[in-house]
Amino acid sequence: MKPFVVFIFTIFLINIAPYAIAGNSSTDEIAKYRELLEDGNPAELWEMRGEELWKKKIAPKNVSLEQCDLGKGPGVVKGAYVELPRYFKDVNKVMDLEQRLVYCRTTIQGLSHEQAVSTPFGSAGHPSDIEPLVAYITSESKGMKMAVSIKQPLEKDAYEIGKKFFFYRAGSHDFSCATCHSSDKKRIRLQELPNLLNKVDAQKAYSTWPAYRVSQGEVRSMQNRLSDCLRQQRFPEPIYTSDAITALIMFLAKNAEGGVYDAPAIKR
Amino acid sequence: MNQSRRDVLRITSILGLGLAGGLFSSLNVFGAEWMPKSFEAKNLADALKELGVDKYTMSSDVSVVSAEIAENGAVVPISIASAIPHTEYMAILVEKNPSPLSVAFNIPEGTDAAITTRVKMGGTSNVYAVVKADGKWFAASKEIKVTLGGCGG
Amino acid sequence: MADPMRIRAVLNGDNVEVKILIRHDMETGLRKDPAGQLVPPHFIKTLTAKYEDRLVLDAVMGISVSKDPFLSFKFKGGAKGGKLTVTWIDNLGDTRTDTAIIS
Repeated sequence: MKPFVVFIFTIFLINIAPYAIAGNSSTDEIAKYRELLEDGNPAELWEMRGEELWKKKIAPKNVSLEQCDLGKGPGVVKGAYVELPRYFKDVNKVMDLEQRLVYCRTTIQGLSHEQAVSTPFGSAGHPSDIEPLVAYITSESKGMKMAVSIKQPLEKDAYEIGKKFFFYRAGSHDFSCATCHSSDKKRIRLQELPNLLNKVDAQKAYSTWPAYRVSQGEVRSMQNRLSDCLRQQRFPEPIYTSDAITALIMFLAKNAEGGVYDAPAIKR
Repeated sequence: MNQSRRDVLRITSILGLGLAGGLFSSLNVFGAEWMPKSFEAKNLADALKELGVDKYTMSSDVSVVSAEIAENGAVVPISIASAIPHTEYMAILVEKNPSPLSVAFNIPEGTDAAITTRVKMGGTSNVYAVVKADGKWFAASKEIKVTLGGCGG
Repeated sequence: MADPMRIRAVLNGDNVEVKILIRHDMETGLRKDPAGQLVPPHFIKTLTAKYEDRLVLDAVMGISVSKDPFLSFKFKGGAKGGKLTVTWIDNLGDTRTDTAIIS
């Protein structure tokens, strides 16, 4: 009997040892760092600026964005983000938030396409108008549940294309999104990799973008995050607001269904 | 905010610029004193000297609270506090930064000697809270490791 | 004209708890831009907070305060409806004042 007990105990030790070695206290301290960051999120400053920009009348038409339809009717911002991407009848296609913003900036405000997509990602001395607008609009969905629909045929198509993209291996390293994001409990150095095919992980990941990135000192949107993923995959840089990225966003948003939206967040 | 408020603020800030450049030194318009020598000091000992710290005692009544690991040195949340009565001044110094003095506070009576803010750290370092109470100096320190994480997260 | 701050001032028991978020680049002067040029220093030097006419905080900052500074502190003797005024001045002489009502 005794050797058996010793055997079981040893197996038990071997199983818990990896978690101990993996640095429980490191992960605890990092969790503490992230928690302390939440105390004051500079993204609120972007939200304030975004609200200003939403209401600001600009040249050439001297019109604001207040009649922009984000899917719930002209000017309805509250709850709009958790239903995006979605099909828009007026353009007969599926759009994500940033595509829709570009659309409103051109059709309602009269900006050229070039002007509407300029500086999507701000940097010191070169602020973006889009990032504050995204911060404002997304903040108006905070606390609500992700509720993207794929009932409309083009919405369903976007989801399927997004899924294909997710598994599509290419580039010099033959990476797909799935290479890093399709299994539980993977990590790169100290960064955990969410399994985006797992509902809980997907909800947690999707619901915390856009975020104020401490490492960049800017609020970064989903378009930016995915563009950066593609860069890390050694994929070519996607065109800002391309349909391929919208399809990928659709796939991720649908996987996050039911998750409580908690952005704009703050991250390293 | 509406246009007339913007105008008032714009005029006020232009006046402020004028005053700062001319009549008043930018030091004293609002009472706080910016001490270039202490901010420019390149090591902990010099920075403390420039702050007028002749000697200090490590005290458990002074605290530096933070996570032990900062995922990014650009933004490290730090809370400093002093339970010592009559604490009138508190400063945060990052020992290994090119210029250790980060920020300093005058604590008027009625204000808690406890401040939370965020500092930049160039790398893993001891972070000091140095406080003045009744003319004496006390300090506490904590080592904070700075790491750059893996990917985008 | 500098961007507005976000100031929250809440009465909690005896204490007014203040949290301030400031939009400021806090350039150290040590950073190089993509073209390789040093970006000149641009940082907040002094900040004051007043409850009505009474000074409740007085801060001096250097280049190693994080971008988009955050400050949190508490003071006694404040009442709901009272006014908190925060002012900062930076090394280029730019300044910003915002107020908040204690809730």
